[in-house]
Amino acid sequence: MRTETKRMIKRLLRNPSAVLGFSLLIFFTVIAIGAPLICPPQSYDPYMIPIVTWDKTPQPPSTEHPFGVIDGRDIFYGVIWGTRTAFKVGLIVTLTSTIIGLLIGSVAGYFGGWLDEILMRITDVFLSIPYILAAIVVTAFLGMGLNKVMISLIMFGWMATARLIRGNILQVREEQYVLAARALGVNDYLVILKHVLPNTIFPVVIQATMRIGSLVITAAALSFLGLGAPVGYADWGSLLNFARNWLLGASGEAFKYWYAIVYPGVAMVLFVLAWNLVGDALRDVFDPRLRG
Amino acid sequence: MVAYIVRRLLLLPLILFGISLIVFGMIQSLGSDRLLAAYVNPGLLDKLTPNQLEKIKEKYGLKDPMVVRYVKWLKNTLSGDLGWSVVGKEPVKDAILNRLPWTVELALYAIVPVVFVGVWLGMIAAVNRDKFIDHFVRIFAVVGWSFPDFVFGLLVLMVFYSVLGWFPPGNLSFWADTVVKSPEFKRFTSLVTLDALFNGRFDVFVDAMQHLIAPILTLSWLWWAYLLRITRSSMLEVLTKEYIRTARAKGLAENVVINKHARKNAMIPVITVGGGMVIQLFAGTVIVEMVFNRTGMGSFTATAATQLDYASIMASTLFYSLILVIGNLVIDILYAAVDPRIRFS
Repeated sequence: MRTETKRMIKRLLRNPSAVLGFSLLIFFTVIAIGAPLICPPQSYDPYMIPIVTWDKTPQPPSTEHPFGVIDGRDIFYGVIWGTRTAFKVGLIVTLTSTIIGLLIGSVAGYFGGWLDEILMRITDVFLSIPYILAAIVVTAFLGMGLNKVMISLIMFGWMATARLIRGNILQVREEQYVLAARALGVNDYLVILKHVLPNTIFPVVIQATMRIGSLVITAAALSFLGLGAPVGYADWGSLLNFARNWLLGASGEAFKYWYAIVYPGVAMVLFVLAWNLVGDALRDVFDPRLRG
Repeated sequence: MVAYIVRRLLLLPLILFGISLIVFGMIQSLGSDRLLAAYVNPGLLDKLTPNQLEKIKEKYGLKDPMVVRYVKWLKNTLSGDLGWSVVGKEPVKDAILNRLPWTVELALYAIVPVVFVGVWLGMIAAVNRDKFIDHFVRIFAVVGWSFPDFVFGLLVLMVFYSVLGWFPPGNLSFWADTVVKSPEFKRFTSLVTLDALFNGRFDVFVDAMQHLIAPILTLSWLWWAYLLRITRSSMLEVLTKEYIRTARAKGLAENVVINKHARKNAMIPVITVGGGMVIQLFAGTVIVEMVFNRTGMGSFTATAATQLDYASIMASTLFYSLILVIGNLVIDILYAAVDPRIRFS
């Protein structure tokens, strides 16, 4: 291992919040991978929470259903398999939208001129629709469902990366090694790929990590509104949607349905917290200038 | 400064044009038959003869080429003919006008606690850097930022409504709603809390406030975390500046240094993000109004989306985008006015 890498890891391990973030992430990864062992699927689609009773009334935690039952569905099963859903949405959306942002941003920054102007104005337009609203609207038009949510989050999730990479490239473009490569007659795309991107990629990775948390929140919010995952799908947002309906109808019944909010809620908060802590830690280690 | 504003104003129509293209593109992806529902009360659709249907299609230009359709659509939209809202059971324009005041009220009231508490916490943390209170505030910020607004809202609902019974969901209690809708209750501003005061109905005011506090708390929560982080880091940066060292060196009292020299300069970045945040508060009402079962633009948009009420969805998108674009413009101009370094570069 290179000494530089070793030093980075050492610095990460000395930061308590980074250690907490990474431990949480590892914990969630283990749960996501081990989901079939913790909660063996009972139907052909493991992501559908099995219906344990036809009585819709929520039931408090018991030995059989440690997190309780809501709308006839086992909350524990939903929380465990929901971890997979959260990883799936967070990683796929972040990866895809970051790649799109990289493409658009590097083309705009490297070539400049009218191409840059057009691409940046398009970016402005996409930034002019509030994110949560864009996600809601596009999902409604595409026809609901988790995949549609992911598509809409990708469609409106690339702009920050594009702007960031464009700004960095504008700086790097004038560096000697890029000028040298161009003078040697290296193909433009090769220059971007081999010389420009490796030197501008770190801030993008950090930004992407920090975005995963809020992405998972937005996706869950859409499920919460009833636009995302179908009813009964193992998704923290849909579990909370069940909880909302029961809570609004239960005036004065103190804490009667707490388990329906607390378990999926805590899972979500910890998951998002893990990514935010890791993002903060990466930023502190790789780019101390941005420390906040 | 003038050139800067002029450039921004020139770009404004371009951006609005882009937004209208996106919105129009989405409408067109639906096809002309489904689109009819966006223009006519669907209850009437079944009763119309095919001949009349064709006429309506013609009136709204559903048979014309794309460009003509776009121009017609733009004309209709600009003249306020936004179509029929299935969710509101009234024309979209009326539906929006009826719901907007509730959202404006919520967002406006939320700004106050968000800005004051957020900035205050950030200042305290920065001044007491690396002391206990700083660590405490920073942990609050990280955890708060990771807390989805709807999860927090549900917890608030559980504690303050189910357990304590203080803050019920909805906009108004039934009796207060009757009072507000009665002819004796004069509408001056269309904001219920203010109108209640003007009418001398303190009981209605208290009731409206009771319904507002929980949503405001939920809206503020997320942005406290955000704002205090910005304030803290901005303040820390200013405190390392040479003019602060000079002020301290000439023996000024610490609170004078903080309040007179540092705070003003630390507020500059806070104004930019703070302005953007106010805009985001509006978007945030989508979730909060749904959690607390409130009537307003946010819940209108969300319900329209789940019920595929396209005309309402489109109008809401245009509306929120307009707020965002104009808001950003105002912020940039304010920013240039506050910070001479921007103005003259």
